[in-house]
Amino acid sequence: MNLPIYMDNASTTRTDPRVVEAMLPFFTETYGNSASRNHAFGWAAEAGVDRAREQAASLIGAGPKEIVWTSGATESNNLAIKGAAQMYAKAPMGEQGRGHIITCIIEHKAVLDPCKRLEREGFDVTYLEPGSDGIVTADLVRAAMRDDTILVTIMWANNEIGTINDIPSIGAVCREHGAVFHTDATQWVGKMPTDVERDNVDLMSWSGHKIYGPGGVGALYVRRRRPRVRLQAQIDGGGHERGMRSGTLNVPGIVGFGAACEICENEMESERERLLALRLKLENGLKGLMDVVEVNGHAERRLPHLTNISFGFVEGESLMMGIKDIACSSGSACTSASLEPSYVLKGLGLGDELAHSSLRLSLGRWSTEEEVDFAIKSIHEAVEHLRALSPLYDLHNEGIDITKIEWQSH
Amino acid sequence: MAYSEKVIDHYQNPRNVGSFGASSDVKERKDVGVGIVGAPECGDVMQLQIRVGDDGLIEDAKFKCFGCGSAIASSSLATEWIKGKSVDEALEIKNTRIVEELSLPPVKIHCSVLAEDSIRTAIEDYKRKNGELDESDHTHAH
Ligand SMILES: Cc1ncc(COP(=O)(O)O)c(C=O)c1O
Ligand code: FES
Repeated sequence: MNLPIYMDNASTTRTDPRVVEAMLPFFTETYGNSASRNHAFGWAAEAGVDRAREQAASLIGAGPKEIVWTSGATESNNLAIKGAAQMYAKAPMGEQGRGHIITCIIEHKAVLDPCKRLEREGFDVTYLEPGSDGIVTADLVRAAMRDDTILVTIMWANNEIGTINDIPSIGAVCREHGAVFHTDATQWVGKMPTDVERDNVDLMSWSGHKIYGPGGVGALYVRRRRPRVRLQAQIDGGGHERGMRSGTLNVPGIVGFGAACEICENEMESERERLLALRLKLENGLKGLMDVVEVNGHAERRLPHLTNISFGFVEGESLMMGIKDIACSSGSACTSASLEPSYVLKGLGLGDELAHSSLRLSLGRWSTEEEVDFAIKSIHEAVEHLRALSPLYDLHNEGIDITKIEWQSH
Repeated sequence: MAYSEKVIDHYQNPRNVGSFGASSDVKERKDVGVGIVGAPECGDVMQLQIRVGDDGLIEDAKFKCFGCGSAIASSSLATEWIKGKSVDEALEIKNTRIVEELSLPPVKIHCSVLAEDSIRTAIEDYKRKNGELDESDHTHAH
């Protein structure tokens, strides 16, 4: 086992060496512009892109013409949300009442910020609050629907807590109401079986670097039939990607994205099982050794490889300092430049302590049982060390409810 | 963020961790001053207790801290610095000296402020218990 160990796969993943191998010829040998229609270099590049389109489409049960290449999930989300809102707007730019959009307060910023911009541009946005388990239900979406709802954007799986929304049911509600349905599936696709037909999805974003592919390349699924979804382009230029996203394609990146999708499709079943067993071992190991250890978010409806755990009375940044051989992240205010605790954990409505004491550990393709054992041991030691320093742990042991105390602040 | 060696040292080997008894007991003790402060910026909590001798010198100090590594290091350092000082000398310790000693980056300055405040609050508590506090002592800097 090499140290430090990597347990931050929800942030980004190691590029699979098989993916790198598939990409390499497209840098130095097949280096044409895939839009060059008149020579062999262009054709070879285009063939690479076409193959990748098929690999990406196959992973999600779509057709290859329904894939639009982007620079990552951030851009896919921007294109989907702004592009659909502008296309289906009920009033022109500059007027109010341009249409209603539904999203949720614990979405990624790459969804929330485009929604906020649209709000400033005359759209109404409803930000749903999930339950304390982090789940957005189809009933919540149904209750928020209005006659002028044009777009719903709800993530498939949450990047901080790993909870899974019931996307097929939410999609069905959107169909009933004739609203376009986008899902940010960055944390879901490649890890869990996806079929845009069965799952009632109209627009779906995902990213290469979260599925053991390269960074800086992403895809947006855009439904072409039943119903055909149209988007206003956000990047204008040479008319690539059927006018929806101009710019010379990143051929090696796209080839890598495709290869990554194919590997995920082939290995998903066994990988899922393996990672679930490791995650359960990690969670149960930690809970078995210490009191006041809470897994955040719904207990069952969650991704196999990701866990978000709060260790009561211990602050997250100092905890990470104690486990410096484990690369992971925390929702604690102290870790962020803004000194704001994680808005996702706050969004569960359970108080700041939860975020303060949280660690997010996300396993991946190369995580081993040995690493999990090491993580359990190191985290246990660090938590014990810090609890011995914690005034809150003392109060807890004296039977005082720390959530009821008002601290003297300066 | 990379931590300075001194922060890491205080984190790994914190000095003077603990308290002079359960919170209900120390409340009654006239020789002990308790300061518990919370950082409004990040929600962290620091507890500092001082035990003052008949000669007015701080004989011993203990801390507990729920906070980041810089906050732990700041409070650990504060206990080292105030031991052996008179309460008035201890009040002179400013957070900027802690920042310097530990090489804290700008985002971590408030963690040192927490340590300065916990010293002052503990001393105020001691003085109040001993009838030495008049309102002019009750300064709230920054
Ligand atoms: C749910 C979710 N959406 C969007 C993104 C942004 O992805 P990218 O960095 O590829 O733009 C991420 C990754 O940070 C994510 O987890
Ligand atoms: S005490 Fe929270 S950032 Fe230092």
